[in-house]
Amino acid sequence: MSDQQATVSRTAGGPNHGARLAVAWLVISAIVDPLFWFAAGPHMPPGDMTSSASGAQFDFNVLMMAALPVTLGVWLYFGYAIVNWRASKGGSDLIGGPKARGNMKIQTAWIASTTIVVLSAFVFGTVELIVPAGAGGGEGPQPIWTPTSKTVLPIQVIGQQWKFTYRYPTYGGFETDTLMVPNNTTIAFHVTSLDVIHDFWAYQLGVKADANPQQDNVAFTTTHALGKVTVRCDELCGIWHGAMFNYGHVVSKTTFQQWASSNETQLAAVTKLLPPFSWTYTADANGADGVYYPDNVDKYSKIQVYGAQPVSVAQAVKPTS
Amino acid sequence: MGIAMAWPPRDEPSETVRGKGRYVVGRSARLGIFSSLLAVAVGLVVFVSMAYLRSEPPTLDFAAGHSQGQAVDMTLQTVGAIGFGTHPSWVSYLTQAPDGKWVHTTLWDLPANTRVNVTIDQYDSGSALRNPQVGAVYGTLGNAATLNGKPFSLIDATKGNGVGHTFSIPTLGINVPLYGVNGNAKNFCNSAPCTLSEAHNTVEFSFMTPKTTGQYGWQCFVPCGGGYVYGNGGPMQTISFMDGFLKVVS
Repeated sequence: MSDQQATVSRTAGGPNHGARLAVAWLVISAIVDPLFWFAAGPHMPPGDMTSSASGAQFDFNVLMMAALPVTLGVWLYFGYAIVNWRASKGGSDLIGGPKARGNMKIQTAWIASTTIVVLSAFVFGTVELIVPAGAGGGEGPQPIWTPTSKTVLPIQVIGQQWKFTYRYPTYGGFETDTLMVPNNTTIAFHVTSLDVIHDFWAYQLGVKADANPQQDNVAFTTTHALGKVTVRCDELCGIWHGAMFNYGHVVSKTTFQQWASSNETQLAAVTKLLPPFSWTYTADANGADGVYYPDNVDKYSKIQVYGAQPVSVAQAVKPTS
Repeated sequence: MGIAMAWPPRDEPSETVRGKGRYVVGRSARLGIFSSLLAVAVGLVVFVSMAYLRSEPPTLDFAAGHSQGQAVDMTLQTVGAIGFGTHPSWVSYLTQAPDGKWVHTTLWDLPANTRVNVTIDQYDSGSALRNPQVGAVYGTLGNAATLNGKPFSLIDATKGNGVGHTFSIPTLGINVPLYGVNGNAKNFCNSAPCTLSEAHNTVEFSFMTPKTTGQYGWQCFVPCGGGYVYGNGGPMQTISFMDGFLKVVS
């Protein structure tokens, strides 16, 4: 019997490779997917300290659940092909002939399944961006995806080469190097810059928004766990960009109230020297003589357009303990 | 292989051929020589570039011989123009080495979890602050500092001589503004190192180094890089001028 005949007979009377692969793939996926979801999922970044962080973690896990079977399927197919369809020593060259022809069923199934996966990811990603009020991302000065909470604590984030400072308009507009956030509270981060473009990335909060000069970039999140927060600049902003980081804390409402009230009092003298609170500032670019000024444009209007929750600086509710 | 092969060549006349009484280097040999020279040239360029990029001012060692519980004393000065080197017009910090000499560096080895007593002689004029928040003293021991011997906690940079520079370690939450001197003073210092007979303000404060070893960046937050965008280029981005590192060691 020639090699060609042997190959054909093996194919004709051999095992159903498709069924074998499908069963193996289903079994492996049924094991690995839940294993990932329950064992690794809860530990995936960025954690679950806030609504946007837990949302990002959920998104990551769902996408991983979708990606794992695809990856496993490809690896399984590769392994199976290497073991079962490799050329035998001294055998005929199998390139060309019937085996090189396309298989319309397989091609159709592949295109259809990958299209479904990609479109599903698109729909899922879009929904997950809109529903949780922008998912912690900067939405610009006129956010269209707003939180449902009726009380929003505004915190202004000011980037400058090379540190972040934070202003609390609800507490007299004091400015501090320390990010302190109350628990179980919806926060509106108003991110801006005094010089070049920075990026406010509060990792454990699941918040990330560019800090552009003369722009008020708003990002929302709702805290629901205490803990330490790492804040980094995530936009190359000069030679000491790598040193532009600090730490913050999510604390209880009572602790936050005490901290904020204490700072409002202790920093009253320096707060008087600051420009009046504004959502953006205009910095003089002339070097050492530069001061910064409120831009006096839409002074408080931007925070008042949060959908059905008009919250001005005066109306911004202090978190109740 | 051309110049190393046995002479005379038989099968590869293009490698090395006998000319009229002299050897002619073949194509492969020329290619080899050219490649070698190119590799040497590239290597030299890379070496010099890396040497330049990795070069840094000297690090003053304040940790040597330090015993636990003992405070470290450090004296700095700020000048309006360094007066020497490649950028004589740049503003700068200088550090006094333990032997009393002024060194143009902003890199210091400091022991961890140790009190550092800092004295800064400020010889530069001042200005308003882009961010008046850095006009406040914070993060030092007791959030305290003295200006010419008198306690102070805040400088209104719009009054008097303004703020010349700040000493700030953002990751440790430390900030101390340095009150400017009168730029029209007759004894205004124009080049470093300045002496105490010249117009200056002395600021003193203390802080604790962190327990965790590592490098902690510090800088001035007055955008004093005149002529650069937002005043944050030039000396503001160059070690040994207006920023540096605390190298905290065990």
